[in-house]
Amino acid sequence: MLTFILRRLLSAIPTLILVSLFVFTLQKLLPGDPVLAMAGEERDPAVIEYLREKYRLNDPVPVQYMNWMGNVLKGDFGTSLRTEQPVTTLIVSKLPVTLELSIFALLIALLIGIPTGIISAVRKGSVVDYSANIVALSGISIPHFWLGILLIMVFAVKLRWLPASGFVPFREDPLQNLKTLLLPALVLGSGLSGTLMRHTRSAMLEVLRADYVRTARAKGLFPKAVILKHAFRNALMPIVTLTTLLFGELLGGAVLTEQVFSIPGFGKMIVDAVFNRDYAVVQGVVLCVAIGFVLMNLLADVLYRLINPRLRTAA
Amino acid sequence: MNAIATPLPSTLQPRLRSRFLTKFIKNKGAVVGAVVLLLFVLAATLAPWLAPHDPLKANFLAVRKAPSALYWLGTDELGRDLFSRLLWGARSSLLAGGMSVAIAMAIGVPLGLMAGYFGGKLDALVSRIMDALLSCPFLVLAIALGAFLGPSLTNAMIAIGLSAMPIFARLTRGQVLSIKHEDYLEGARAIGLPDRWIILRYVLPNVLSPLVVQATLTIASAILAEASLSFLGLGQQPPSPSWGSMLNTAKNFMEQAPWMSIAPGMAIYITVLCFNLVGDGLRDALDPKD
Repeated sequence: MLTFILRRLLSAIPTLILVSLFVFTLQKLLPGDPVLAMAGEERDPAVIEYLREKYRLNDPVPVQYMNWMGNVLKGDFGTSLRTEQPVTTLIVSKLPVTLELSIFALLIALLIGIPTGIISAVRKGSVVDYSANIVALSGISIPHFWLGILLIMVFAVKLRWLPASGFVPFREDPLQNLKTLLLPALVLGSGLSGTLMRHTRSAMLEVLRADYVRTARAKGLFPKAVILKHAFRNALMPIVTLTTLLFGELLGGAVLTEQVFSIPGFGKMIVDAVFNRDYAVVQGVVLCVAIGFVLMNLLADVLYRLINPRLRTAA
Repeated sequence: MNAIATPLPSTLQPRLRSRFLTKFIKNKGAVVGAVVLLLFVLAATLAPWLAPHDPLKANFLAVRKAPSALYWLGTDELGRDLFSRLLWGARSSLLAGGMSVAIAMAIGVPLGLMAGYFGGKLDALVSRIMDALLSCPFLVLAIALGAFLGPSLTNAMIAIGLSAMPIFARLTRGQVLSIKHEDYLEGARAIGLPDRWIILRYVLPNVLSPLVVQATLTIASAILAEASLSFLGLGQQPPSPSWGSMLNTAKNFMEQAPWMSIAPGMAIYITVLCFNLVGDGLRDALDPKD
């Protein structure tokens, strides 16, 4: 398994180099000179030249890329032009908020999506199946930010049960933390639960047709045992893979959800950085997201091997 | 998929087409989705004639009016008729969905065809670039590109198209690899037909079905992405209406004028749902396993 993980990690290196090249080129192509913004309104040529030297912007572009990559490898993503804080510090401070929201959303999605998918597959063609399918498709089709607005209107504005926006860290007030994250996690989890439900249903349908399930039924096992012990365990593989791969979707959704609910997380940081033309932050964030995505892909492959004994033996 | 990918005798093709149509028509969800989408496209096309008011004209005597006989869906913070803005907004949203996918396919499909057909170093290079692009979440990539290109509907379409392009490149490549060693392609190569001709005449038509399904489903994602970018202020710019930018304004008036967010949100939801229903219907109808 260790050899497999190492091999997969090595194969991810060219992808990450390309991502870094893409992110770096994007910054170079962006309109406007960041040095002019830093030099202030006076734009003193001496200051501009000093800043160019300081940030080594007079070097050829390939040298600049190598310098930047060298710093990235040391964990230095540069400095935010707006807040003048190191990008790494910003990322480290915002990431836990988004991770907490994402884990909460994923839990909601798993709790809704998997049982609904199983029931839908077992009762294929019934009213329950059709209704679950429509609800799942609605979850995928509904714009997250609109659902957020609707939930705020009902639960925060009308009923005043939950706060409309903001975030309280867990260590400060666990209950308030839960209250502030409930609506955003529901919004983010709704779409994922639809995706999970559809995949669980199709994986279960595939497995329920298999010979060993028919044999289990013929042996006279209880239907619940057949479904949960024989069918679901085998349908689990694509579901586990999908769950790890939903990481990207979670981050994409978090960008909008955090914006609607004013949650100071990773997603909101991306949007703020984009609007403030804070390129160092955009670069750092995109690169971090890509690294996270590559690692989640690796985790999916590892889990797939751990769950599937045939692949383990082959390895 | 191979059953579709292998060319059939000409007498069998109309039969296959009619079987596809029968299967598609049997899927009630897909048919309802297609009909509703047709109505939306008609409404968007006929917006100049159907809209009862000027979508851009402010009327400060009718600011934030609730739905009534005069203003069917109410008015916004500048007194503009929401129904008229919704009709005109449909143009931006549907155009963004269609154009983004057209851009994604125009770049992604040829890349996938060449990578799959020629293989070797070209395949390795294209695959690595697509992997790199796919390692960034679709919406994050679209936002980053949208910021680079600047806020406008055209730039949002380009950003979404470029972000969706790797999906088509990868799908096309996979499909080409699955038919690459079919007898009819070997035969075409053996009689000395040029590669360009083989790709366009034999490969492309046989990988088209999954691409059509993917295109339908990607239009749904692209409409959502355009609405998201407009919601963030990176898409259609005011005063021109788009469903996403209408929602962006509506969020500031949730308490005073809740109707401002209902109509555009419902419009996005129904359109995306219908595209997904049609996409599912097409996939089922084209699935050779059934």
